[in-house]
Amino acid sequence: MTTDVTNQEDAMSTSTPTLAPHQDAPTGRKAGEGRVGAGLFDPGQLRRSLPDALRKTDPRVMVTSPVMFVVLIGSVLTTVFSFRDPGDWFGWAISAWLWLTVIFANLAEAVAEGRGKAQADTLRRAKTDTVARRLSAEGGSERQVPGTELRIGDRVVCEAGDIIPGDGDVVEGVASVDESAITGESAPVIRESGGDRSAVTGGTKVLSDRIVVKITTKPGETFIDRMINLVEGAARQKTPNEIALNILLASLTIVFLLAVATLPPLADYAGAHLSMVVLVALLVCLIPTTIGALLSAIGIAGMDRLVQRNVLAMSGRAVEAAGDVSTLLLDKTGTITLGNRQAAEFVPVRGTTEAELADAAQLSSLADETPEGRSVVVLAKERYGLRERHQGGLSGAEWIAFTAQTRMSGVDVDGRRVRKGAAGSVIAWVRERGGTLAEDADTLADRISEAGGTPLLVAVKDVVKEGMRERFDELRRMGIKTIMITGDNPLTAKAIAEEAGVDDFLAEATPEDKMTLIKREQAGGKLVAMTGDGTNDAPALAQADVGVAMNTGTSAAKEAGNMVDLDSNPTKLIEIVEIGKQLLITRGALTTFSIANDVAKYFAIIPALFAAVYPGLDTLNVMRLSSPDSAILSAVVFNALIIIALVPLALRGVRYRPVSADKLLRRNLGIYGLGGLAAPFVGIKIIDLLISLIPGIG
Amino acid sequence: MSPVLAGVLQLLALIAALALAYRPLGDHMARVYSSDRHLRVEKWIYKGIGADPNTEMRRPAYLRGVLAFSAVSVLFLYLLQRIQGSLPGSLGFSSIDPDQAFNTAASFATNTNWQSYYGEQAMGHVVQTGGLAVQNFVSAAVGIAVAVALVRGFARSRTGELGNFWADLVRGTVRILLPLSVIAAIVLVACGVIQNFAGIHEVGQFTGGGQEWNGGAVASQEAIKEIGTNGGGYFNANSAHPFENPNAFSNLFEVFLLLLIPFALTRTFGRMVGSLRQGYAILATMATIWVGFICLMWWTEFAHHGPAFEIAGGAMEGKEARFGIGASSIFSISTTLTSTGAVDSFHSSNTGLGGGLNLLGMQLGEIAPGGTGSGLYGMLIMAVIAVFIAGLMVGRTPEYLGKKIGTREIKFAACYILITPTLVLVLTSLAMALPTPGDSMTNSGAHGFSEILYAYTSGANNNGSAFAGLNADTQWFNTTIGIAMLLGRFLPMVFVLALAGSLAEQKPVPATAGTLRTDKPLFAGLLVGAILIITGLTYFPALALGPLAEGLAS
Repeated sequence: MTTDVTNQEDAMSTSTPTLAPHQDAPTGRKAGEGRVGAGLFDPGQLRRSLPDALRKTDPRVMVTSPVMFVVLIGSVLTTVFSFRDPGDWFGWAISAWLWLTVIFANLAEAVAEGRGKAQADTLRRAKTDTVARRLSAEGGSERQVPGTELRIGDRVVCEAGDIIPGDGDVVEGVASVDESAITGESAPVIRESGGDRSAVTGGTKVLSDRIVVKITTKPGETFIDRMINLVEGAARQKTPNEIALNILLASLTIVFLLAVATLPPLADYAGAHLSMVVLVALLVCLIPTTIGALLSAIGIAGMDRLVQRNVLAMSGRAVEAAGDVSTLLLDKTGTITLGNRQAAEFVPVRGTTEAELADAAQLSSLADETPEGRSVVVLAKERYGLRERHQGGLSGAEWIAFTAQTRMSGVDVDGRRVRKGAAGSVIAWVRERGGTLAEDADTLADRISEAGGTPLLVAVKDVVKEGMRERFDELRRMGIKTIMITGDNPLTAKAIAEEAGVDDFLAEATPEDKMTLIKREQAGGKLVAMTGDGTNDAPALAQADVGVAMNTGTSAAKEAGNMVDLDSNPTKLIEIVEIGKQLLITRGALTTFSIANDVAKYFAIIPALFAAVYPGLDTLNVMRLSSPDSAILSAVVFNALIIIALVPLALRGVRYRPVSADKLLRRNLGIYGLGGLAAPFVGIKIIDLLISLIPGIG
Repeated sequence: MSPVLAGVLQLLALIAALALAYRPLGDHMARVYSSDRHLRVEKWIYKGIGADPNTEMRRPAYLRGVLAFSAVSVLFLYLLQRIQGSLPGSLGFSSIDPDQAFNTAASFATNTNWQSYYGEQAMGHVVQTGGLAVQNFVSAAVGIAVAVALVRGFARSRTGELGNFWADLVRGTVRILLPLSVIAAIVLVACGVIQNFAGIHEVGQFTGGGQEWNGGAVASQEAIKEIGTNGGGYFNANSAHPFENPNAFSNLFEVFLLLLIPFALTRTFGRMVGSLRQGYAILATMATIWVGFICLMWWTEFAHHGPAFEIAGGAMEGKEARFGIGASSIFSISTTLTSTGAVDSFHSSNTGLGGGLNLLGMQLGEIAPGGTGSGLYGMLIMAVIAVFIAGLMVGRTPEYLGKKIGTREIKFAACYILITPTLVLVLTSLAMALPTPGDSMTNSGAHGFSEILYAYTSGANNNGSAFAGLNADTQWFNTTIGIAMLLGRFLPMVFVLALAGSLAEQKPVPATAGTLRTDKPLFAGLLVGAILIITGLTYFPALALGPLAEGLAS
């Protein structure tokens, strides 16, 4: 008995990505709460990054961060003054902790970069010098050249086992390609000439068949090169919000510089003579060092969080824009619904039962590693309780794996030949072997193949993904409007839109319609995000504020978008938005924390400086710090340690929950504003207690 | 009735009166600055000065108007004082020295009204009424004009146009300040404020001996002195002088006048940006700080220790017995939280902490409710900064009233908040470091330092009140405070207009649930906190060495 399980849109199945759309978090992260915010922090990273941190104390590097540059100058000054008065332990202690402040700041950045470096090394390995088999212009002869000598327009041949030497489009043939070097996903993908699955990436490996690739990118500018630059942070530029925040921090630094620099004449008049060491200590405590130290680490970590989710942002600007997005355009298929690629139901045809079909379908799909194949197995298991059989478990079986050419998979066992595949292929296969095709239900007639007298059918229908309605509700609370894009007729579209809970839909959408929709939203001041993969998506991807191209898409789409999703999972757009928001929130929260900290530092330092001349000011010493020296030193130590303490938060990002702006603000103001006011009172007091225990000090 | 209860009742009456005037005046001002009709008298003025009131100005043109007009004002005032000796109606006073004339000219053209002269012993009718009083009107109108330009920046989109400076200046004077002043002057005359052009009278005293008192158009000047948050008294004693402020009612009325426009402008703002709630949030922020400061002032002045204080029921030194501590505290806080600088008591005689409140009030940038116009734009700048930090905390590029606060906007706002601290701290430090300026102090220790800190704080923030005790009529103080007043007034305006221009060019961003709500109590609270912390941190060391050292000394 041969079973044919057809798939309504089976033509698609030959060229689908390797990742099943239902896999929300392909890197193994769990969906749901805390889906943004993962990213482990290993204290060992601090140690490993230390050499980098020391290298970063180069003033030419530090000048880009005005706040930390001031600390660097302060450290140099106090050290010089300590050399002039070497017997003064206080000067040395302050100098040491100021240097530590500088190093801690650089350490934060180095740790953030370090995580990207590991990834870049993996990528470099994939980029080992390849040898290209270049075809001559006439297309006849083949010559071996180093991959670096390829020029745009060259055509190269790649066969099973070859590494593709550069980015390009397949112009001839079909092949399965292992893209794990960039996507981290081990299952191969199909690449074929023509259509939307023709793009191949340099550094990936052809597993089967033979293709001819037309090179579209110069060596050194390939996708993998850009990726290395991105994850290493070499291409990192300050984003608009980061620049704006830097301006604000610089102006606060100037204000405090003024407050401290103008103090000596005032203090002299009062009879208190302030040393340079004390003035520098006061200045460093006041300027926003916490956020100044962590600002670039936050930015790098934000990009890194995207990379960990297999999304490459071509610029930090795009990540920030993602946080501002107010309209999401989501393709129905693959994003909102499980799409045509998912087996949903077994529909038996005349004279057979669903259980029989499920059994045959499962058997024939075992050798099919495509999402459809796997979905059939999963469905059989879930719906009919069929345990998954393994290829090794059946003796004497001859497995026929799914390939791009045959577009079928199956098994020959016990004289029974079971096939499942694209309708056209199965029909041809049945006819070749003298079988006849049964005429069944009218609408399905041409899709049914007969084999052993038992025609069967797997029906596939749009199934709204689980949890999508909740997600859209969350998005609505975040103030983001969702628009479903579909080629379906308005009636079907409306039904699915209602089921999924999106705010709006665009039915029978053409690329032009999409473009018009984006422009209309933008004219109203909204920022639009969308995903796309086809060449005809390219203009819309370029027009959108955040355009996420699927890695399976065409080169044109990847060029046009400002992000590439290596997993080609359109649902990820939602996560991208959350990461963008989280990035901004982390910056804002730490800025608030940093400024709020200053209040306590004043209460530590001002009485220490002036209580000797104006005893009444000792009233301000609310922490009852043990001595003036200890008070100042404690503030400086706290100021340095808080940087290290907050490195994990800077790298991980402040926890983000999709709630309204009001709730977010209330929560973050409470934690980082009020917390920022209170924390240093406690911290400085504890450090003071410890310092006062040191004999001869305190 | 206990003095504390009297104070509370006066404050409540004041709030009720301000609340009554809030809507009609705020709406009226919004109409004035939105209307496209011109009054006949305005047309004459436009013809006279050769201005076309109908052309829209972009930032550079608007700024040129502000600066050119103010420069001419300074020059005119300077010359008027320098030739006073040869003018009629000068009561025999001679011309003013160059440094004092410069100081006074800068002072009145900047809406500061710092006075290093004794009004009744230096300025005749012509200078007082034809020069200083005129500036009381127009400098206030310039302030409102700049504030309105900023509001238009928020309200308008995809244009750089901020309105017409000449139209704003003339309308503010003719349709707002003049009518209000006429009404206020009549009320003041009814209270007993003098209004004449009499010469100098010799008046006998109870204790024997005599005193020379001169008359003048005091009520009319008093009215605009408060309404325009100017504060320059006809007499040296300012509103403590019975001719300027005869009784408890006139006292409360004067406080009402000086708060009137600054508070009502928040409604104008709400109207013009199309959301009254946004105006209320700003109003709430201002009112919270204002009431809070008054309560603190009551606390420091009523609860001071020491036998003399307890017998007097509080710190009565330097306060008028006819006003008492309650009303004097309301006045002194209102005058230092606006850019008025009129005084009905002597801030130098406040308790150490009370004087510190006056200082801090000015150092906040005079934004609660602030000067006419300058209070609103100063507060909006702080709102922009607060929105920036808070906006990041909700995960979006910060936006205020539908306009993104990006690099350019934050740059202008950051420059704005740098100006006055720079002027105050650098000049104070210089004065303390140099050998001679300190000779002007009439007190030693922390209080002496407070005198100098107060002088520069008052000048740079365009307040004009003095911590009496400092002899400010020296070349050093006349010149440096003059410079502080000019830079403290016009540099911020440069950045306010730059911000306005930048905002007006943007296209608006629609509000969503993800947008930070700036019309909620939470935001007003955040704004109060941001203002207090940012300013507090800037001036904490200086305040510690002055008022705090004095106030906390047991």
